[in-house]
Amino acid sequence: MGVIGWLDANLVSIVDGVAYGLLLFTLAAGLSLVFGMMDVLNLAHGTLYLAGAYLTFLLSGGGWLGFFAAIAAGIAIGAAGGVLLTAMTQPLAGRGHLDQALLTIGVALIGAEVFLALSGGDPLPASEPAALDGSISLLGHVYPTYRLVFIGVAALLALLVYLVFERSTLGALVRAAVADREMVQALGVDTRKVLLAVFAFGAALAAVGGVLGAPIIGPAPGVDESVLVLSLVVVVVGGLGSIRGALLGALYIGQVQSLGVALIPEYAPFLLFGSMFLVLALRPRGLAPVARPA
Amino acid sequence: MSAAAAPPAASAGAGVPGSPHAAGVQGTAAGLDSGGGARRRLTWIVGAVTVLALAAAPWVLDQYTISTASRILAMGLLTMSVTLLTGVAGLPTLAQAAYFGIGAYTAALLARAGVVLGPAQLLAAAAVAAAVALVTGSVVVRARGVTFLMLTLAVGELAHSAAIQWRGISGGTDGLSGIPPVVPLPGMAPLVNDGLVFYYVLAVFLALFAAVGGLTRSPYGLALRGIRDNEARLRATGYPVYQYLLVAYAAAGGLAGAAGALWVSVLRYVSPGDLSFGLAALALLAAVIGGIGSMWGACLGAALVVLVRDYVGGLDVPLTDYRASGPLLLGVTFVMVVYLMPHGIAGTLKDAMVRLLRSGPAAPDDSPPGDSPTERA
Repeated sequence: MGVIGWLDANLVSIVDGVAYGLLLFTLAAGLSLVFGMMDVLNLAHGTLYLAGAYLTFLLSGGGWLGFFAAIAAGIAIGAAGGVLLTAMTQPLAGRGHLDQALLTIGVALIGAEVFLALSGGDPLPASEPAALDGSISLLGHVYPTYRLVFIGVAALLALLVYLVFERSTLGALVRAAVADREMVQALGVDTRKVLLAVFAFGAALAAVGGVLGAPIIGPAPGVDESVLVLSLVVVVVGGLGSIRGALLGALYIGQVQSLGVALIPEYAPFLLFGSMFLVLALRPRGLAPVARPA
Repeated sequence: MSAAAAPPAASAGAGVPGSPHAAGVQGTAAGLDSGGGARRRLTWIVGAVTVLALAAAPWVLDQYTISTASRILAMGLLTMSVTLLTGVAGLPTLAQAAYFGIGAYTAALLARAGVVLGPAQLLAAAAVAAAVALVTGSVVVRARGVTFLMLTLAVGELAHSAAIQWRGISGGTDGLSGIPPVVPLPGMAPLVNDGLVFYYVLAVFLALFAAVGGLTRSPYGLALRGIRDNEARLRATGYPVYQYLLVAYAAAGGLAGAAGALWVSVLRYVSPGDLSFGLAALALLAAVIGGIGSMWGACLGAALVVLVRDYVGGLDVPLTDYRASGPLLLGVTFVMVVYLMPHGIAGTLKDAMVRLLRSGPAAPDDSPPGDSPTERA
């Protein structure tokens, strides 16, 4: 069996891994930027995903209108959540990560209980638009249409985020604020506004990830925690504080979770954290670390 | 840390006129000198009252409550092991539940094999957990900050997966039950009464609390604090930082393992849940709530977390059909503690004590001559 044969046999796993990785990217991007810029470890980030997934259940009944309404609501609620979290974490500036962790885990616990009360404790059905509710042939393999469309949309989103942050003047400002906030302040930029915008943007991205990802990882109790842990893994594996790192880490973890599990199922429970342990033991600052002044 | 927090308050209280800077320094010295003896005496009194109250607990509390108290003590030791790494050595850890679980499984397997003697279980559990910590720590303690946190998360999750997978040893998700009651000393009867189990747990807890207290006050403990505050300087002074941190990591692992053995003596059951991310996070948060770095604060943090989640969380809400939800109350507690107690329970109580000593009926100035404030610095 040659390379072509191997690829053909594992095509579905590989494409699944890409979908999974891009889904994780929508979470990891915001998490990484907020940590890089504000030094805030937002452990309520999974709650934003859960809120987005819940919106899909509420608003999307199989039609396009409902689905787009869910996306719009996701952007609004995510951004509002980001602003709220910024306001809540501001007073803790300079008190270290542990106090932030305490606060944001507290918020996540409250959010999980609110969701539990709303859902009654069962996984909720969150369907894709009916027009995408089929499967198509992908090089001879049957593959769900929605998942393929999701890959397209999420890849576009990732590309957009990448271009804005790595190639535009606005992105340069944000990256400068990540690298050396005092210097940017000294240049006359109100970094608080930049911080607020980045937090709101990252939170909205996570909520939209929830809306779009709901047909793949649906709204259920515990999903907030599992996607949070996954995106934390992605962020540290990729390297904290950079979009490039988040994307690299997300695609890597996506393959570990999909292709890796398919290839060596007997070690499946150890793969995610085993591979993270390996990466961090060898490269403590991740695969694509941000250059920082010493 | 506490000494650094004291000066402004002490100088304000002394109200010495003159240049603000000089007054602050003088006020500090005077405040610590007069407060030192009284504060130490108050600490002894509070400690003695606490131990007496704990000793009386089995006579006044019902069986379920006293069993909860035993679990709080075991959880307190687990939180102390987190504090040893996170508060003293400056390494935030999510791996302590793994060593706790390793100790718990070791004790459970020994007990099922007929080794029912408590001290033997404790020693074996601590030794196995410390040995595993030494091996994992050799990789982990090279990292710092969030990377250290995530590496320890990986250790915890891998141990959790292992406990589920290795059914032959661990019993898989069913865990290990049918564990015989613990025998505290050779020749004594097995402890089946919850009150007697509590006394056994309390005795071990006090012994380990004293041992950890001695460790953190020793030159070695001070060196750990030094690494936390200025690693580069200690490295430059010639301290073997890596070896120091590795020993701390192994010691904290052993402490968590002993706590796990006590846990098994109380519940007589162990399952993969005892190595879970949930428990690891709870122990870390309890250490933060307690006031990071303080051992008795860690125990109070553990008590608050267990009481809120397991005890208050199960009560009916008055005048409604609802039952209070443990996780919800825990979440609200976390948020409130962050805003209302910036230095945790220990910091808040210390501040209150300083205020009490100053406003109370003329705190006696009885510190011995050699008791200089530099001793505390």
